[in-house]
Amino acid sequence: MKGVGWRLMETLKEKKTSTDSKKAIQISGAEALIHCLLAEGVETMYGYPGGAIMPVYDELYKFQDKLTHILTRHEQGATHAAQGYARVSGRVGVAIATSGPGATNLVTGLADAQIDSTPMVCITGQVTRELLGTDAFQETDIIGISTPVTKWNYQITEASEIPEVMAKAFYIAKSGRPGPVLIDITKNAQIEKFEFSYKKCTGVRSYKPVPKPEISAIQAAADLINNAKKPFIVWGQGIILGKAEKELKQLVEKAGIPAAWTIMGASALDTDHRLNVGMVGMHGNYGPNLLTNECDVLLAIGMRFDDRVTGRLKDYAKQAKVIHFEIDPSEINKNVFADVAVLGNSKETLGLLLPLIKDSKHEAWHNIFKEKYQIEFDTIIKNDIHPTKPGLTMGEVIEEINLASNNKAVIVTDVGQHQMIACRYAKFSQSKSNITSGGLGTMGFALPAAIGAKMGAMDREVVAIIGDGGFQMTIQELGVIFQHKIPVKIVVLNNDHLGMVRQWQELFFEKRYASTVMVNPDFVKIAEGYSIEAKRISERKDLKATIQEMMASKNPYFLEVKVEQEGNVFPMIPSGASVSEIRLQ
Amino acid sequence: MHKRKGKWLMENKWFTISVYSENNVGLLNRISGIFLKRHINIESLNVSKSEIDDVSKFTIVVNTTEKWVHNIVGQIEKQIEVIKAFYHTDDETIYQESALFKIASGLLFDERQIQNIIKDNNAQIVTVSRDFFVIAKSGRRSEVDEMYDQLKPYGIMQFVRSGRISVTKDVMQISAILKEF
Repeated sequence: MKGVGWRLMETLKEKKTSTDSKKAIQISGAEALIHCLLAEGVETMYGYPGGAIMPVYDELYKFQDKLTHILTRHEQGATHAAQGYARVSGRVGVAIATSGPGATNLVTGLADAQIDSTPMVCITGQVTRELLGTDAFQETDIIGISTPVTKWNYQITEASEIPEVMAKAFYIAKSGRPGPVLIDITKNAQIEKFEFSYKKCTGVRSYKPVPKPEISAIQAAADLINNAKKPFIVWGQGIILGKAEKELKQLVEKAGIPAAWTIMGASALDTDHRLNVGMVGMHGNYGPNLLTNECDVLLAIGMRFDDRVTGRLKDYAKQAKVIHFEIDPSEINKNVFADVAVLGNSKETLGLLLPLIKDSKHEAWHNIFKEKYQIEFDTIIKNDIHPTKPGLTMGEVIEEINLASNNKAVIVTDVGQHQMIACRYAKFSQSKSNITSGGLGTMGFALPAAIGAKMGAMDREVVAIIGDGGFQMTIQELGVIFQHKIPVKIVVLNNDHLGMVRQWQELFFEKRYASTVMVNPDFVKIAEGYSIEAKRISERKDLKATIQEMMASKNPYFLEVKVEQEGNVFPMIPSGASVSEIRLQ
Repeated sequence: MHKRKGKWLMENKWFTISVYSENNVGLLNRISGIFLKRHINIESLNVSKSEIDDVSKFTIVVNTTEKWVHNIVGQIEKQIEVIKAFYHTDDETIYQESALFKIASGLLFDERQIQNIIKDNNAQIVTVSRDFFVIAKSGRRSEVDEMYDQLKPYGIMQFVRSGRISVTKDVMQISAILKEF
């Protein structure tokens, strides 16, 4: 962040020398907005211009040496790119669009960021104040539309509001449980001049981002953990958002507790850590799902008991005492009743918990996880990642990426079978490495999110794993990769189907494959049309060398892997079933 | 957040939700959206100033289970501009509704019973004009309904009833929260 304040001062100084220094500096709302962004440390933003946001774009042109704007090929791409950037860097992602359709195209990304707690600020242009409510050209009530999918939103109708509102927007987006904020700015407010000064927001009186931890609750949690015979940890993204990876690891090791993760929590603890027992949820690992209903203490940290995690609620962990560590009070007792609720930031609460925890080992209990893993390995994993049958599997592709990247890549996934397979088999050795659309399940997320992820972590290898369906939902963002030579690796696992829906049709709709067969174009030619190096493979013998070639490339690289057409993802907890009813086939 | 010990009662009940908030454009939309998302009907809604300067108060009545009202209050309180939200059952609050009846003036003189109805129900005549007069009645929903039933046979030109307003028997600690800031 160093240099941000400097940058602002520098630009204002330049301004000052060019005007009468005694006269107050009047700048336009649009220019003020740029200064706000710079003051908040924004370096990169994603967006798409249009009539109602043109004054801001005019300023972006003038400030292009200080603020990079990436023109995505669709506003949805801008939001997902901002999300990818935010998720990999922990900073606020910024997207910008015009009024009307530009604004409505942000909605999917807002909803995705809201449900996955991603800090994002979206800026939209709006028709001039006098035209509000007249059904003017490209007028839409984006405040009304975005209300249910934003942490906060606000319409600015005069320039003088800009500094305070923007400061508040960034503060709200990143504090507490992060989320998306949308600021709608009428065109007149972008043009009007006013005396600009900026003060960062440090608090909002009606908003308490982080509840104060209660020591009594932490003591109660410690007592339950210390006396547990079969304790089990399930952590979520709250560990990553709270920067509590170190504390989680210490807790797991000190208390000797087997620990599993939700899809959003992936990568907070090394995949290869001996007490990391895998993923919970519909396509999670066998042991952690099954044993959720056998543990005596369930310690849930920074997770929200999504239905994809819990299965049928009335049969979820009923035997266990539930301890819920959570920053958002509204999550307590929302889905699963907590015997002990510990409110607060996970880094702080786990930090307070650790000294109260006795050194312990639960080897016999841990061994049951290992036994269940062996069963899962023999029936599923072996065939997924070391198949002997003809036809490439998604799992073996992921395994090769692990090997070629030494478990160090950022894996960005879309939604569907490939996502489940990637999350099951990708190995992580660093936090913030699994970027996926968890809560909303947004197909089309991965390609733009990978662009943002790469820009948010230029020193890291970013691999987008995408299905043939989702790829075509935001395929136009290849244009960004082409234009800016963003060296992401794109792997399309092509089974010529909407695989997950097809799997459900096979299992629950007597193989009536309604609209799930994909008639696909030549993806390699499309990538080549964007001057992206591209390859297609369909044979096992070509897999290793091609993945190695891709990972070694310094450029964007597109790889289409033709995988088996009717592969299924197992284990599976059928929709509405209990975690105990997890199916191995 | 309002917290109760033990498990929720699962039957539907009347709950009064009290929301203390900043007075901002769009907040009503944000709050009503929380009910919409859960397909829960708002039975009545009142917005007014509160006992604290510059703090608004929403009074919302719903008929649902405690599990849902707890969930809703949590979601309401999460909204940035909401200072605090509570929920209470009927026996934890003092509550009233107000109603206005517009009646043809002639009836006041021709039907002596009308005056008795006004007196018996502790209602007030707000205004009288050549063509109509207006009766105001405050009380519980059942009391207003009773008076409505009594007047109905004589002909009611217009009728309106407000949302519930209520105060709680317990203290609502808002000032303390605001002082912390």
